[in-house]
Amino acid sequence: MTLLGTFSLWVALLLSVWGTVFAFAGGWRTRPDLARTITRSVHAVFACVLVASLALWKGIISHDFNIEYVAAYTSRNLPGYYLFSAFWAGQRGSLLLWSLVLAIFASLAQLLTGRRHAQMLPYVAGVTSAVQAFFVLTMVAAANPFDRLPYTPFDGRGLNPQLQNVYMTIHPPMLYFGYISTTIPFAFAIAALLQGKLDTGWIHAIRKWTITSWIFLSVAITLGMKWAYVELGWGGYWAWDPVENASLLPWLTMTAFLHSVMIQEKRGMLKRWNVALVAASFFLTIFGTFITRSGVIQSVHSFAQSNVGTWFLSFLIVAGILTYTLLYVRWPRLEPEVPLESMVSREAAFLFNNVILVGIAFSVLWGTVFPIISEWVTGTKITVGVPFFNRVNAPLGLGLLALTGIGPLIAWRKASAANLQRQFIFPVITGVSVLGALLAAGMRDGYALTSFALAAFTFGTIVQEYGRGVRARMRMHREDVFTAIGRLVARNRRRYGGYLVHVGVLLYFVGFAGQAFVVQKQANLKPGESVTLKSPFGYDYTFTHLGISQYKQANRMTSAASTRITRAGKPHGVMTSEKRQHFTTDASGNEVPSFEPSTEIGLRTDLREDVYIVFAGAIRGADGLPSEEASYRININPLVMWVWIGCLFLFIGGIITMWPGSGATALASERKGEGGYRVAMAGAEP
Amino acid sequence: MTGRRAWLRTAVLAGLAPLGGRVLAAQEPGLIPLGGRGDVGALADTFSVGRLGERTVPLDNDEAIRKLELGLKCPCPCGLDIYTCRTTDFTCTFSPESHKEIMGYVQGGRSADEITAIFVEKYGEKALMAPKAEGFNLAGYLVPGIAVLMAGTVLTLVLQRRARVAAAAGAFAAPSNAGLPQVGNATPDELERLRRAMADDA
Repeated sequence: MTLLGTFSLWVALLLSVWGTVFAFAGGWRTRPDLARTITRSVHAVFACVLVASLALWKGIISHDFNIEYVAAYTSRNLPGYYLFSAFWAGQRGSLLLWSLVLAIFASLAQLLTGRRHAQMLPYVAGVTSAVQAFFVLTMVAAANPFDRLPYTPFDGRGLNPQLQNVYMTIHPPMLYFGYISTTIPFAFAIAALLQGKLDTGWIHAIRKWTITSWIFLSVAITLGMKWAYVELGWGGYWAWDPVENASLLPWLTMTAFLHSVMIQEKRGMLKRWNVALVAASFFLTIFGTFITRSGVIQSVHSFAQSNVGTWFLSFLIVAGILTYTLLYVRWPRLEPEVPLESMVSREAAFLFNNVILVGIAFSVLWGTVFPIISEWVTGTKITVGVPFFNRVNAPLGLGLLALTGIGPLIAWRKASAANLQRQFIFPVITGVSVLGALLAAGMRDGYALTSFALAAFTFGTIVQEYGRGVRARMRMHREDVFTAIGRLVARNRRRYGGYLVHVGVLLYFVGFAGQAFVVQKQANLKPGESVTLKSPFGYDYTFTHLGISQYKQANRMTSAASTRITRAGKPHGVMTSEKRQHFTTDASGNEVPSFEPSTEIGLRTDLREDVYIVFAGAIRGADGLPSEEASYRININPLVMWVWIGCLFLFIGGIITMWPGSGATALASERKGEGGYRVAMAGAEP
Repeated sequence: MTGRRAWLRTAVLAGLAPLGGRVLAAQEPGLIPLGGRGDVGALADTFSVGRLGERTVPLDNDEAIRKLELGLKCPCPCGLDIYTCRTTDFTCTFSPESHKEIMGYVQGGRSADEITAIFVEKYGEKALMAPKAEGFNLAGYLVPGIAVLMAGTVLTLVLQRRARVAAAAGAFAAPSNAGLPQVGNATPDELERLRRAMADDA
């Protein structure tokens, strides 16, 4: 299997290099015969990488511990579903997963792209093949997942306990889908630059890819937050860790692109900016991988570090220089078709939204690399942690939330004073009312108050937009309210799906604001003893320690501390938090501990607040041995559920915006025509 | 709670279960229960429970100490602050020691600033979770904000100028379509392609 896997990777490398060279040559010389061959080579690369991936999975499932990777990340007693996810538990498997997903997307791009954009496909194949060649080369030269050991251990080292979590079976692939799918819009952008066809054609070709990529990134980041929340045990879900930041960076630039592309489509503006954003998103995914893999910046995500950082950095530099040189060469052909008419217009609001989104991306990047810069300049090592990022990014985030509400209220082209007054009055009243109510209720945290008020303002905007659309449909078509909502969304999926995404974003902010009101307590309790805690919503919780039970479970020994909870005097269930000692087996069949003991939290969640219990450890008894007396850390985390609900809205809204089929109305087309939308027809020289 | 509300709440929670579900794995019943022994039940398996917990003292829950520790980095390579590390990473031996040290200083009457200064003296400026806003560190705090403000200002000025120029030229009344097919002059084939392009824009 290892021979087959390595052989497949080599063939994939040769095909990718061949595809890169001939794709550009074929596109350059307009040779359709070469173009057809290259499409086949893209599919052949996919087949090779798939064979290599299956070979690695076969090695993992059959416990072939002679394979270094299998011995390093699995063990005989590892549950089946974690055997599946062990594929991407380490550096080498992650690279293979990256390669596999890229191969899938590269093939899909060739298969799904319509005839209207077929001329771009050779160059698209060239770019995806070049990226694929880099990843496969990195594997075969520096991080081959099929490397064998000089001996065969009886059992593997096992999977890091923190990765033995259901969210870790989905979060990494989702993140990779998000990261890697940015390659396709990037490839189309390069194709458009090379061909000099810089009208809206390439934008239309990548629309679904960009939204797909954005949805994957959004969901993956949130799943990572959920994993951190339930697995790391510190009570939060975002710690501004460099690897978390790395995943946020392309999401921010993609979000900026999804807004600015609308200006290009409707008004023919921001062409240069859009190309730059698509390229930046792709490069930031590579940068993220560089951060994750190189170890150049200290991170809690140390699962998969190795020496491939230099490879990624080299690729980043070379590809960056080539791309932005190409953009510079095509600069004159990316002139806007029409100028901006007014500062008070939706175009301007979108531009400021872009400034803030890219500003946050810059701020996050700046904070992530600032320790290196500071040490380089001053020679002093510093730490840039949570307080720094919160201080720098919170105002920008709130500005973004405000623009989320303001943008849809301003008309395209130019808004009049009367129009602004009519549009703003309901959202402003909503925001001010919520602010007043919270102040009256005694809330005094400035950031939280601003977040809730702006979230209410944005919600007011969305309700107003939906309300007007629904009322118009009910009046014009005599529809009932539910039919009107359904048809309103169906007829303009992009707009109303986008508003659902905005609901998701504001719900994230509501969840984030809840972090200002976390209460926590440490206590050590003997069985039967209790501790009380008052939640931010005013509930009195009582936690009664029931005892510690120990038992074997799958590949671990578990010590479970159970706690009975009452809320406002009423039973609220029993929660269990655990210490787990995982083990593997030696040649004699004896159980051998693997890794340090890990902690599993107990969690009870509802729409208001989460009860979050951590079994910190057993207390030494009178005889010097660990007793059933337990040390606990208990948190009441308000509004966390809204973060996960926000993700649900993001997902549903995103799916609606990209749902296939024609949802256009004659009205929408007319409006676009009135808005000055002009199309450079395919083949027409600008 | 009314029946309808209870039903809605159950439906919403059921729908959200995949996202917000409890940690089911942590609630699984045991397979091989092992009996404890002793007054409060000494644990049968002394190894798997990990490092023993420390007895909680009142200062463990002191809000001022918590805030102080949230601003100080644990000396271990975890990258976390002392509070988070000592209440999360139960294998770390540095953060509990740092916590004891801080409690000792507090009991000795030292202020938060004095304790912070002691840690900076001992471990260097990297002991702070966020660098002091002074000297070169100011660049860390100010550059992002200045960059956004500058970008916003430049954008505002450029857009205002362009809008003025365009308004003066009357560009909006009769937009110049040089080099592009005019919709009004387009052939039926071009119009059909335009219609398809617009239909995609929904």
